[in-house]
Amino acid sequence: MKASAFSYARATSVANALELLVAYGDKAKVLSGGQSLMPAMNLRLISPELIVDIGEITELRGIAVRGDILSIGALTRHVDLLRSPEIAAHAPLLTEAAAHVAHPAIRNRGTLGGSLAHADPASELPASVVALNATIVVSGQTGERRIAAGEFFTGIYETALSAQELLIAVEVPVAQKNSAHFFHEFARRHGDYAIAGLAAQAIVQAGLFTELRAAFFAVGDRPILAKAATKLINIRITPAVLAEASATLGEELDPQEDQQASAAMRRHLAKILLARCASALLGPPAAGGPV
Amino acid sequence: MTAALPISLEVNGEPVDAHVLPRLNLADFLREHLKLTGTHVGCEHGVCGACTVRVNGETVRSCLMLAVQTHGASVETIEGLSDSGEIADLQAAFRDRNALQCGFCTPGMLVAAQDLLQQETEPDRERIREHLSGNYCRCTGYQAIIDAVETTARARMGRKP
Repeated sequence: MKASAFSYARATSVANALELLVAYGDKAKVLSGGQSLMPAMNLRLISPELIVDIGEITELRGIAVRGDILSIGALTRHVDLLRSPEIAAHAPLLTEAAAHVAHPAIRNRGTLGGSLAHADPASELPASVVALNATIVVSGQTGERRIAAGEFFTGIYETALSAQELLIAVEVPVAQKNSAHFFHEFARRHGDYAIAGLAAQAIVQAGLFTELRAAFFAVGDRPILAKAATKLINIRITPAVLAEASATLGEELDPQEDQQASAAMRRHLAKILLARCASALLGPPAAGGPV
Repeated sequence: MTAALPISLEVNGEPVDAHVLPRLNLADFLREHLKLTGTHVGCEHGVCGACTVRVNGETVRSCLMLAVQTHGASVETIEGLSDSGEIADLQAAFRDRNALQCGFCTPGMLVAAQDLLQQETEPDRERIREHLSGNYCRCTGYQAIIDAVETTARARMGRKP
């Protein structure tokens, strides 16, 4: 199908974009890379009155390291994440996650800011920024707000961003010495939305996790930062420890059922992902066979 | 603002000026305004890859880009890639390997395959599969297409297929 008629404005600056968003409120939609917005419009799932194209706003581009913060502009495309040496050095979880987002032609257009603002619970980048304990920077008429990634996602396609605000950047704490990361997803085909996935950022010392942020995706209405991960902190991972963490994870997740998988299958896959994460970052469990 | 907007761009090396409605996507602009019907329209929501073209040298889904967004851009379609001879060897390999039957997916496959071959000189079958994973073929199947891309990569390296 084709999108229904709409007006189009090419925003010249963040201030200009905000003026338009304030004037039109939720009748306007921000066009970044368009790789989720355009399908939704073509399928007539949404019919905005005004499209505010932010693609030409140069102040939303760029990747920079300032002290121990890696700042990533909202218009950074998935392909830019994949190719950036700064991202690879300071937030390699994002490099790995971006490789799982859709297909090359989509990654050439889709943006980090767009993916986060769209907040599809099955997509890779929202979970990754939660695992990285990133901060989402949004701009509104009264100034900037900084929102912890863990509080930014509020439901299916829902975020803390208001219709009058624009997501302008993501700030990621740079990887420390001893930082480790894990990313894996189960999907029917490469590039499909995940059936279940895990983005995790950890600090490993002397064979133990001293910190583990495990953000699961496609198993809830938003990225889920698993409390079960606390069961794996500062303890030698044995099959018994892992089993307890797994059971906790199973209890805290409430996955949806759809044509791809049942809730039970998603819960099972999440447990597998947690075990693989521990095994990949620390080695196999201290006693017992492989998990 | 729902009225037509002026755009100036380059399509296959030639300057194009047009007035387009905001809702018009790039695929329909190419097909219906410029009569470049080699760009195919399949799913219209970015899944099938039949509408793949190059914008500023990078592959994109032309059904997921508005024509107004191409203002100032350089667009290359399958007609451009074909007429310039850039992919003549790849097209010959598709023919030789029986990598097309109905041909609907072929323009998108060729644009996507050429994109990979420009980035990597000798991709293995796994890489070819991965790079073409966003392009659907509903009749010939994928083995012959991967054969053709692999053959072309080897030939371009100066090796026997």
